Amino acid sequence: MIKAKEKPLNEVIDMVKDLKKVLIAGCDGCVTVCEAGGAKEAKVLAAALRLFFTQEGKKAEVDETSLTRQCNKDYLQELQDRIDNYDAVVSIACGCGVQFLAEMYPTKIVYPGVDTCFMGVTDERGVYSERCQACGRCILAETGGICPIARCSKRMLNGPCGGSERGKCEINPDVPCGWELIYERLKTLGQLDRFENPVAPKDWLTSRDGGPRKIVREEIQI
Amino acid sequence: MQYPTNIRIIKVPCTGKVDVIHLLTAFEAGADGVFVVGCMEGDCHYVEGNLFAKKRVKRVKAILDKVGIGGQRLEMYNLSAGMGGRFAEVAQEMTERIQELGPSPIRIAKGTAARPTGEVAA
Amino acid sequence: MSTETPSRLQKMIKAGHFAVTSEVGPPRSADGAVIEQKANLIKDYVDAINVTDNQTSVCRLSSLAACIRIKLMGLEPVLQMVTRDRNRIALQSDILGAGSYGINNILCLTGDHQHFGDHPNCVNVFDLDSTQLIQTVRLMRDEGRLLGGHEFGARPQMFIGAAANPFAGPNVEMRVVRLAKKVAAGCQFVQTQCIYNMDTFKKFMKMVVDRGMHEKVAILAGITPMKNVGMAKYMQKRVPGIDVPDDIVKRMGGVPKENQPEEGIKLAVEQIEELKEVEGIRGFHIMAIEWEEKVPEIVEKIGLYPRPKIG
Repeated sequence: MIKAKEKPLNEVIDMVKDLKKVLIAGCDGCVTVCEAGGAKEAKVLAAALRLFFTQEGKKAEVDETSLTRQCNKDYLQELQDRIDNYDAVVSIACGCGVQFLAEMYPTKIVYPGVDTCFMGVTDERGVYSERCQACGRCILAETGGICPIARCSKRMLNGPCGGSERGKCEINPDVPCGWELIYERLKTLGQLDRFENPVAPKDWLTSRDGGPRKIVREEIQI
Repeated sequence: MQYPTNIRIIKVPCTGKVDVIHLLTAFEAGADGVFVVGCMEGDCHYVEGNLFAKKRVKRVKAILDKVGIGGQRLEMYNLSAGMGGRFAEVAQEMTERIQELGPSPIRIAKGTAARPTGEVAA
Repeated sequence: MSTETPSRLQKMIKAGHFAVTSEVGPPRSADGAVIEQKANLIKDYVDAINVTDNQTSVCRLSSLAACIRIKLMGLEPVLQMVTRDRNRIALQSDILGAGSYGINNILCLTGDHQHFGDHPNCVNVFDLDSTQLIQTVRLMRDEGRLLGGHEFGARPQMFIGAAANPFAGPNVEMRVVRLAKKVAAGCQFVQTQCIYNMDTFKKFMKMVVDRGMHEKVAILAGITPMKNVGMAKYMQKRVPGIDVPDDIVKRMGGVPKENQPEEGIKLAVEQIEELKEVEGIRGFHIMAIEWEEKVPEIVEKIGLYPRPKIG
């Protein structure tokens, strides 16, 4: 899923400090799973901002809500009747949700309340790590189910590099060497022969480098 | 057991039940100070409830610092159910700390600051 | 080592002599004179001079510009090229540029992550990796084609090299496999990471020879003389991919401070003499970082001065 983390509170305070009515909009999707922008977090952020405004002697209203998903207009529509009551919305959904909300209500100021970080997995509660870079053409079949683009700091296709030491990446001893992981996995699977042939340069057109992407599925469009 | 009369006790089966929002709500409602009293670490009846509480208290202290309330108004203490004397000590300690800090900025802003009051969840 | 090029380094190796190369680190300014000074210090003692490419991600005067200068001095440069900073358009463009000046040697590298350098906040490119860069140079040289398909006449005539690090993970055998892959991609010579652990290196070379690879690729052993015990400790603890055994650190620390540089040179010379006997070694790449003035002394002491005259 998408993994995000709460923006530093001071940053959010800076965005809203001169406003009178603010709505915190959470999302029950990805940001709930990584405990950054769900209903619970919306409540906490709203309470923190209310405390801020009150002790500043400012009269301001901060309400909270949470939508099933902010990347879907059907749910964003639920805000239709109340959104005009507010000077701004702080959306604590991922970057996609913030943008879609802003698109749906273009005359409303929408602020992001989280920093969207990556597509990843939950290693354990409170620990999330990156797994996928959305390159648009999945090669996991060739690398034993471990992605060199997301997990090698240099996104090499013919790794590991000379900086791989004791299973760790040269950039940080907390980062495993993606290619060592691939090597161990291919060894377990009996596929070490995949290391023998050079892999040709990748076509990056399907990745971010090709420009903003879109999928159109005619067969399921209404 | 004698302890200051300005304490309001809210009982919970385990401090693990105390969530971040509860602590913030207490301050929103006008508490000048809040302290969370849980079992000794390692002795939690529900195994790690008091450890969750510890983390949440730390988190809320940081929030309180950032919103101008001050994290020193919130504290966590660990005692066993039989340590009545220690409870009285802790209540006294907290009361003195809050008295020194003065009324919560929330009460001052709302114009309701009179005598300091400490809210306690135990 | 199939394709022949005008490279003097290739000719030296082909003639059966031990090749000697060294490197020049460009300045962090627009001062071209420094390149000339450093090149002049070592020119009579080496067959080719590498110029590093923004090494350890520290922004320096470009390798290409420095190599052109060295070429115009009548000397033999080795263009080091990392894939960290440039995409395939820029890489191929620089290769054409180098070729247009008759630069005949290229060392294809992936490059240290920018986190090490003076611009850790930048984007990195890594459009290609070192193996793919080797494939690219070969395509340009042997088929007169770019990756995008464009065909052209005036081809870069390059002797293609790569780095090899027998000491990095996951294990020695995989480092040999990786080298084999680079050779399959078109690599003709290798300069290894600097060697201190002789046992590991010899193990690596034995595997290389067992695969018959030593006949396909010329391996130049990398040597970096230690200046002092501090350097030994630093390299042991802080530089990834370098293996410095404890007895080396002890040896450097075992002599008084003022004698340590001499001990470091002595050690380097001993290592080279030992490596001369290892099958598959075709020469030495002496990386005397910020100590280029010692290169002549080392080359003399290993008995490889003067350099043989070749046609």
